[in-house]
Amino acid sequence: MTVKVSMKVNGKPVSADVEARTLLVTFIRENLRLTGTHVGCDTAQCGACTVHMNGRAIKSCSIVAMQAEGADILTIEGVAKPDGTLHPMQAAFKENHGLQCGFCTPGMVMNALDFAKSHPSPSEQEVRESLEGNLCRCTGYHNIVKSIMAGARAMAASKG
Amino acid sequence: MNAPLIGARIQRKEDYRFLTGAGQYTDDVALPNQAHAAFVRSPHAHANIRKVSVDKARKAPGVIAVYTGAELAAAKVGGLPCGWLITDVKGQPMKEPPYPVLAQGKVRHVGERVAVVIAETAAQARDAAELVEVDYQTLPAVVDPKKASASKPIHDIAPDNTCYVWALGDKNAVDAAFAKAAHVTKLDFVNNRLVPNAIEPRSANATYSRAEDGYTLYVASQNPHVERLLMTAFVLGLPESKVRVVAPDVGGGFGSKIYLYPEDVVVTWAAKLLNRPVKWTADRSESFVSDAHGRDHVTSAELALDQDGKFLAMRVRTTANLGAYLSTFASCIPTILYATLLAGQYTTPVIYCEVTAVFTNTTPVDAYRGAGRPEATYVVERLVETAAREMKMDPVEIRRRNFIRSFPYQTPVALNYDTGNYEATLDAAMKMADVKNFKSRKEESMRRGKYRGLGYACYIEACGIAPSNVAGSLGARAGLFEAGEVRVHPTGTVTVFTGSHSHGQGHETSFAQVVADRLGLSMEQVEIVHGDTSKILFGMGTYGSRSIAVGGTAIVKALDKIVAKGKKIAAHLLEASEADIEYDRGEFKVAGTDKKKMFGEVAFAAYVPHNYPLDKLEPGLNENAFYDPTNFTFPAGSYVCEVEVDRDTGETQIVAFTAVDDFGKVINPMIVEGQVHGGLAQGIGQALTEGCAYDASGQLLTGSLADYCIPRAADVPLFKVDTRETPCTHNPLGVKGCGEAGAIGAPAAVMNAITDALGVKDVAMPATAQTVWRSMHKAA
Repeated sequence: MTVKVSMKVNGKPVSADVEARTLLVTFIRENLRLTGTHVGCDTAQCGACTVHMNGRAIKSCSIVAMQAEGADILTIEGVAKPDGTLHPMQAAFKENHGLQCGFCTPGMVMNALDFAKSHPSPSEQEVRESLEGNLCRCTGYHNIVKSIMAGARAMAASKG
Repeated sequence: MNAPLIGARIQRKEDYRFLTGAGQYTDDVALPNQAHAAFVRSPHAHANIRKVSVDKARKAPGVIAVYTGAELAAAKVGGLPCGWLITDVKGQPMKEPPYPVLAQGKVRHVGERVAVVIAETAAQARDAAELVEVDYQTLPAVVDPKKASASKPIHDIAPDNTCYVWALGDKNAVDAAFAKAAHVTKLDFVNNRLVPNAIEPRSANATYSRAEDGYTLYVASQNPHVERLLMTAFVLGLPESKVRVVAPDVGGGFGSKIYLYPEDVVVTWAAKLLNRPVKWTADRSESFVSDAHGRDHVTSAELALDQDGKFLAMRVRTTANLGAYLSTFASCIPTILYATLLAGQYTTPVIYCEVTAVFTNTTPVDAYRGAGRPEATYVVERLVETAAREMKMDPVEIRRRNFIRSFPYQTPVALNYDTGNYEATLDAAMKMADVKNFKSRKEESMRRGKYRGLGYACYIEACGIAPSNVAGSLGARAGLFEAGEVRVHPTGTVTVFTGSHSHGQGHETSFAQVVADRLGLSMEQVEIVHGDTSKILFGMGTYGSRSIAVGGTAIVKALDKIVAKGKKIAAHLLEASEADIEYDRGEFKVAGTDKKKMFGEVAFAAYVPHNYPLDKLEPGLNENAFYDPTNFTFPAGSYVCEVEVDRDTGETQIVAFTAVDDFGKVINPMIVEGQVHGGLAQGIGQALTEGCAYDASGQLLTGSLADYCIPRAADVPLFKVDTRETPCTHNPLGVKGCGEAGAIGAPAAVMNAITDALGVKDVAMPATAQTVWRSMHKAA
């Protein structure tokens, strides 16, 4: 069964005819060719596919594209400024060496952006708990935790 | 003019693309008109295949082709080769059963590939794969490696399921030393099987061009040239010159992406047959049953000591589970990379190790971060700590009494350590870990209902793999040098091509630091290229912490050639004698004068050779080098782990972990610390959470990330890490390698801490809450 889905992705309206079973992540990667959102597992454990739907971090492997009908989706490609300047959270990952192979990184950043909205100055423990749904095999989380703590503070500061 | 770049904390060049979603991993590569492959995999651990019916699948929507083992056999597609020949105790070659790309009449592990369905979309390929009917006659599965030799054969060539029995060391001398020992410490344990789980699943996308009669394979690989060599020379019988292998951004490897896998062969073979690109990307469930696993040793180990705690001898017997087939480097892991490390940091005068490597109906086992060296460190450091406790000695003191202090040092297990300073890392680690106040922390924990324990691990590893002639004499079927090329452009910027591969290690930054530092250029003037056989002259790839020690040295050798040629050009331009030209941070100078030419001026002259000694010198400034190391490098370090174990639940929390490593010269401390952090988390994972489990029928019980627990952020602490530097003596950078250290040292440190907390001799890995709770109650 083919269905038409329409939504806004990174501020741009998009629509396509897809099989009803098409996952949101497949729609993003294959139809829109936005390949920064990754697939690392098939049990919703790894969080590499995390995007924002209507402002909240979700795992895009866990819903079908139809469920995002009319939604406002933000992927990693839409996070930096239009001139290419990194968002403060992205910059914090770079400054704190919060990434190695980069595969889990988009999901980490998308999750952290949502978390930081409600935690302007998080503790180490709060950050670790917030990463319950995001797996990294490279960094031992040490520098990811530092990145998110720094990034959250930078976001709060930039709001003044 | 420039501050030194070697040793500087420089942020990574590669981060921008990863942070903005612009990384290009293999699954991100979409080729025009690509088809998609799905593999039909065996649900049984051991079965004869009576019949494979593919008619329904062939007629399913979108299906382009279905192939089984029969089609591959008819096309004379060979089996996968093993890259290392082990010779057994009787002087016989190991048993090398065929490793078919698609099953030939029999399946030998759950997940083995039986057929491939190629369709217009990935979903159609998967749907149709469900329609392939395979008639299996199931056979009893061999799962327990200790029972393998007495079980019915998995391969005809190995009637006792034994690949080899191999030994290293002087058995008679060891037995004699044990007979005279004042104390013998004995431990029996399992080094648990692990599933690597790089977060990027394996992926391959192959295309064939009739116009060029050539192939291009995009693949998530740690060593594209090795992949090409194995596939063309041994499996598909193609000229290497007609195959380009590209390993673009790769999302972690940890060993699992070293090997040539059947899926890579199938998509390449099918791409020509169908005359269109064929792509396959693993589900995580497929990764669990088809990526090579790691470790899986059953070991009995003994240490003989005199009354003062001096080590007299070590005796180790290990059964190593190789799984159902010989993966690319499987045979050398529990032998060459294991038994040779059993001296550790100590002067143990005689050591004997015997390894029985067996086939079982499980996924093949090969190198996983550390590869043999974590298993050796676990043997040595659990024995040493246990011996200290049994002899009522301080575990630090017993180590100090036995440390190697004079270098070079020839161990009784073949290695020659060039340099080291084990006291230095131990002293630093103890200070950072505040060991002297541990007792008061332990008492405080007890008041909160927690047992606190402290454990050490003083590891050594052999990296910088490897001197080719030494490896060859031990059975390697490949050279283990590395290649590099330095291309200076007319305007003085530099592109460097390396045969090593980065899948998280940050070569684009740390290798650029080496080049920019040596040439006196800025980081922006240097680009590093890796991972494409069409661009890079050759390469053996990245594993065994070899990149900077071997690949970095190849680049340094090429840089030296660039400078040497640059001096000739500068001498001509400056009308001076070549012998008088000095190169200093970007400037060719006539010694003792103020006459000089900038690097860029010399580069320009090389490409616009109007005023140039064309009669004596070729134009251009481009040099390559191959470097074959003269010895291994020997990173070593001291780890201190502190745990709290909940008295009621058995749950273990790592409350502090200190690691002080000696990697020789450090190029980028930020990157090196990151490598240590990641290794520690994997080592802690092995100790606390990760255990690959099969049931008696050979079904993988831990086949998803919901069942197999890789550490999450809350499972690990902030690490305290530092380094001490004793430069490697036999490479120009003085570097040793850092990629595996954490995974090598951490398991023993954690388990020494847990056994200390509980006051028990041993606890099995992974020390889950249930395992620890049972251990506490057994002890009581």
